[in-house]
Formats: sequence, structure tokens, C-alpha cells
Amino acid sequence: MKIIIVTLFGILIFSSFQVNNFKSNNKNKMETLTISETKLVYPYSLPELGYAYDALEPYIDKATMEIHFSKHHAAYITNLNNALKGTDAEKLSLLEIISNISKYPVAVRNNGGGHFNHSLFWQMLTPKSSGAPKGKLADAINSAFGSFEKFKEEFDNAAKTRFGSGWAWLSVDSNGKLFVSSTPNQDNPLMDVADKKGTPVLCLDVWEHAYYLKYQNRRPDYVSAFWSVVNWSEVEKRYEEFI
Amino acid sequence: MIHQLPALKFDLDALAPVISKQTLEFHYGKHHQAYVNNLNNLIKETKFENSTLETIVKEADGGIFNNAAQIWNHTFYFEAFSKNGGGEPSGKIAALIADNFGSFADFKEKFAKAAVTQFGSGWAWLVVKADGKLDIIQTSNAACPIKDGLKPLLTCDVWEHAYYLDYQNRRPDYVEAFWKIVDWKVVENRL
Repeated sequence: MKIIIVTLFGILIFSSFQVNNFKSNNKNKMETLTISETKLVYPYSLPELGYAYDALEPYIDKATMEIHFSKHHAAYITNLNNALKGTDAEKLSLLEIISNISKYPVAVRNNGGGHFNHSLFWQMLTPKSSGAPKGKLADAINSAFGSFEKFKEEFDNAAKTRFGSGWAWLSVDSNGKLFVSSTPNQDNPLMDVADKKGTPVLCLDVWEHAYYLKYQNRRPDYVSAFWSVVNWSEVEKRYEEFI
Repeated sequence: MIHQLPALKFDLDALAPVISKQTLEFHYGKHHQAYVNNLNNLIKETKFENSTLETIVKEADGGIFNNAAQIWNHTFYFEAFSKNGGGEPSGKIAALIADNFGSFADFKEKFAKAAVTQFGSGWAWLVVKADGKLDIIQTSNAACPIKDGLKPLLTCDVWEHAYYLDYQNRRPDYVEAFWKIVDWKVVENRL
């Protein structure tokens, strides 16, 4: 009996060590990523868009890009800076804040998420899309979803069925496996409040402001156009850095 | 029962420039209509198949609730508009607003703040509580005050689709213009 108890105790300690070790590996990995939004610090400012407002035409129009970037994204940054001003969180990275978002006021969750998500989103887009992923990411997508087409179907479904404002995501979970999810408003899978937690490698904004000037009520048409401007080399880079 | 898109009591161009004809074509003709179509499809062979819209709003959840509540909310929103709207309320509603909020200007400020600060998609509402007092609340996405036993008197839709073609990111401008088309007689009759 004593031996059994000691053994069980040993297993418990060992498993807990494994879990902690994994979590800490995960965190270190996030911190060593070269991707820019993991380096965001107070006071926050607009990143470089990296292409012209009209570069994604006709899939995403110039007016939408201009307002989305220079008005919506800029407003999240102003509001985030105001929400954090004079608090201890000024010293933390946005990634650290987001990972513990349940401890912050709702203005930090909304605007911190807004800044982080948009900073990531602009990098997901390019006028020179390769059309499909290659290499390790392509293999991982096939293995997780069956095929690229099946993955797109699942991602499309997440984007189209998110009721109200939100985002669709392709993320890597703590076991290195890809999964699709959606989050409301400006939440994201890195937040401790997310239903399914992971590190995002691809995202799509499905707030109406992301598509209404061009697509109005036709969100499915916007989602389908998105595939023509996905920056797969950026998605591949993120995936390969994380695994 | 088959739910229907209720008729508007004004022409689609009647509310311009506060709300453009184009916005109404999409908002009423596409969004509101889609909620009606979705609900009719979703309730087939469910316990809500023969329920009134109000019962569904009060009792359902998930997709059935979302679509039913959005039909209810939009009908309620559009019903309070008139091309001859605006100005200040009179009679009983004016007295109640003054009693509960201090003045009409204070009420407008508080309601506008609720509409402007609702994060994401949702609604701002003037409601009567169980104790007869008026209150201003915000609801997210499709959430509807009748589910919580409140009696709504007025609502402002702050889903981006309600104003994006006309005002883009300038939600405060939309909310400010909203007052010019509110038919206070309709609001008073809801008391």
C-alpha cells in the first residue's frame, strides 16, 4: 500500500513538473519569436503597414484599409495607452498583459486585444500571395485537417458563423497541433480567457468594419476573397518558429 | 408559424441624411430579412415551431435566440423612426425623462454614452424597470431587454452595419444624428 501511494505521489510530481516545464517552454518560445507583435511595449504606436492602402485591391479596398488602419487601429492604440497610463503594466510587454488579461480592466482587454490583433492581421496580408502554404506548415495542415481545402472550409466556417464582432484564427496548441477557432470582439487565443488557447499563426478580422464598405452583408464573399491575399510565407515563418 | 419581415412605415429614402437609403436597403432588406429567413429555417421541427416571436426571444438560446432577438430588436428600432421625428418629447414621457435623468439633455447624454461605448456589436436602450423607473442599458450582440423582464421604450442599433456606410468609424456622429429621426409619440405609446 505504502509503495503504491509513494509511486502515485511520484507520478503526480513528475506530471506536474512536465506540465510546468511545457508551459515554461511555451512562454520562452513566444518570447524568442522574431515576430513583431510579441515585442509591443508601452507607449504603443501604429506599426508600419508594409504596403499601400490600395495594394490589396480588389479583394480589400483602399477606403477600408485606410479607415481600418488609420482610424480603428489607431483608436485602439490611443485607448490602450490611456488605459495603461500610470499603471504598473506600462513596464510589461503587450504579450505579457494579454496572457494574463483576466487580471486587467475591460478597457485593456478590448484595446490591448485590438492593438495586438490588428498588428498581427496586417502581416497576414500581401498583394503577392502564393495561394497556398508550403513546407512544414502545408504538411501540418494536411495532418490536422485532412487537406488544405478541408482546413479552409473549417476556417471559413469559423469566420462566417462568429455572431457579432470577432476574429477567426488558425493557432498552434501547447502540443504543437494546429486548430481553428473564433473569438468574440477583440479577444484572441493567447488570452487566458480564451476557450481554446494557443499561439495564432493566421487570423481574419470579421468585425463589420473590416469588410462593410465593400461587401456589406456578404461576409462570406469577404472571407472567400481573403484567401487571395494571405501572406503564406509569413504564416509559414510563424509556424516554423513556434514548433 | 412563419415569421415575416414587418413592413416599414416610411420609404427607404425617408430618413436621409441621418440614415441613407443605401444603409436601409441593406439593414432592412438584407440583415433584417436574413434574421427572419434564418429563424424560420432554425425553428423547423423544434419546440419553437409554433411559438410567437416574443416567446422565442424569452425562452430560446443559441442561434434561435440570436435570430429571433435580432428580428425583435430591428423591428423595435425601425418602428421608432419618422422623417418628421426629432425635437423633444412631450407629455408623460417627457415628465418621466425629466424625473429620472434630470433633464432631456442629461438623458440624451447618458443614452449617447451608452451607445458610443458599447464595445463591439450591440444596442443601447431606454427601458422601464420593474419598479417603474427608467434606465439606460447596453446589450451585446442580439441580447434583448424583454428577456430580462424590462420594458424597452427606445433603442439605438450600434452594430457597425447600422451606420458604417454613412459614418464609418464615426459612431458618435451617427448617435448624434439619430435624435433627428426619433418619433417621440411612438416612444410615449410604448409606456
